[in-house]
Amino acid sequence: MSQLSSRHLLGLEDTPESDITLILNTAETFSEVIERTIKKVPTLRGITIVNLFYEPSTRTRISFELAEKRLSADTVNFSTSTSSVKKGESLRDTVQNIEAMKIDMAVVRHSSPGAPYFLTNCMDANIINAGDGSHEHPTQALLDMFTMRRKYGRLKGLRVLLVGDVKHSRVIRSNLWGLQTMGADVALCGPSTLLPREVEQFGCDVYTNLDEALEGVDVVNVMRIQLERQQAGLFPSQREYTNLFGLTKHRLKRLNKNFTIMHPGPINRGVEISSEVADSENSVILEQVTNGQAVRMAVLYLLSGRKEELA
Amino acid sequence: MTAGPNIILTDKKISRALTRISHEILERNSGAESIVIIGILTRGAVLAKRIAATIKELEGVEVPVGLMDISLYRDDVHSKLEQPIVQRTDILFEIRDKNVILIDDVLYTGRTVRAALDQMVDFGRARTIQLAVLVDRGHKELPIRADYVGANIPTAMDDQVVVNVSELDGKDEVYVKKANEKNG
Repeated sequence: MSQLSSRHLLGLEDTPESDITLILNTAETFSEVIERTIKKVPTLRGITIVNLFYEPSTRTRISFELAEKRLSADTVNFSTSTSSVKKGESLRDTVQNIEAMKIDMAVVRHSSPGAPYFLTNCMDANIINAGDGSHEHPTQALLDMFTMRRKYGRLKGLRVLLVGDVKHSRVIRSNLWGLQTMGADVALCGPSTLLPREVEQFGCDVYTNLDEALEGVDVVNVMRIQLERQQAGLFPSQREYTNLFGLTKHRLKRLNKNFTIMHPGPINRGVEISSEVADSENSVILEQVTNGQAVRMAVLYLLSGRKEELA
Repeated sequence: MTAGPNIILTDKKISRALTRISHEILERNSGAESIVIIGILTRGAVLAKRIAATIKELEGVEVPVGLMDISLYRDDVHSKLEQPIVQRTDILFEIRDKNVILIDDVLYTGRTVRAALDQMVDFGRARTIQLAVLVDRGHKELPIRADYVGANIPTAMDDQVVVNVSELDGKDEVYVKKANEKNG
């Protein structure tokens, strides 16, 4: 198969293994392109892409923008602080106006879960979810999987622990679903107040004790504790979180040999991860960022080839 | 479809053609020192390795061989129904001031070569770029010609020229599939 089964990338929950494999394989090619002296190919010449960011973002927005530019697409950026959203324009009106300017693809970040799905009903463009509330962040999970696959040569059978706010983290959700599809052995760890009700439906091991959770793990993917989503007082203090769930050097000895530390960024140093661990040789945090470019180029390339009539 | 009467190049002829091309390359570039070889995936890459091996036999010089995938430089990415699977381009050497020998199996419309030339420019400024093909089948749509040709084979526009190489297909041969046979 040389084609994705969908013309949008909304999440990994329903993305089949063949699609994930195709994206990861294609990303291998693009990781070579970004090592070239001229890091640009003319593939998406004439394609216009809008980046709709209704929530702040550094990494994801820059990564998408560079990926688009390296494929020679024309890009327009949109952020809420400088747009007519301030004047009260609705999401549907905004995108329909933008689409009237002949847009081929849209990269969307929004605080409401399902916003990218909603947009597939209001515009013809290919939609890529760049994070929708506490739902999914598929390209982040894809680049995490790409990074793991590069290091271990496989995903099947890897023991991956996702640590953090399981209830609100879209990165955890996308990683969990994607990794399960690819046959990895996923476990979750977080404070019991930050575990969703009916967490057992995820079908994986769930821990509230980090030391127990780290036993026999290959990859630890640590999530940022999202202070902006913590107004409800679901954990007593940052300090207590650090004591119980912060990844520090003395906790690492329970891990398997050749273990890997990952973090989607931005890091709260000394909160969910100590500086020592974040900068250690087992940390691939910056490789994740580099790989993000290749993975996003692959997603853009593959979606641009999806024709409506084949849907 | 197996080998029938319409085989136009047998394994012997292919081998002779590649040897001749290797000689011509050496003659034109006064030796192998300035040469790098880049094969266009998939079959061109196989031929590139063979020509490099022949040059090594003749001159004792190891010529750098690169592989190039041109999918990202195509001019029909958005019109084809099936998107090509992108493969890896591997050019792990400097092409600046080199004589680059670009190798493909069949020269047809010239569009693949156009894409390859565009890509080459992004890798650096070669002193020359020369084109070697096993088969020139005519029907060019662009002002592109080959410097080294294994065989000129006149074809109808909708014929299919099939190149098999032993590394990938089990044996060496070139044959033409006529358009009317495809339907039958």
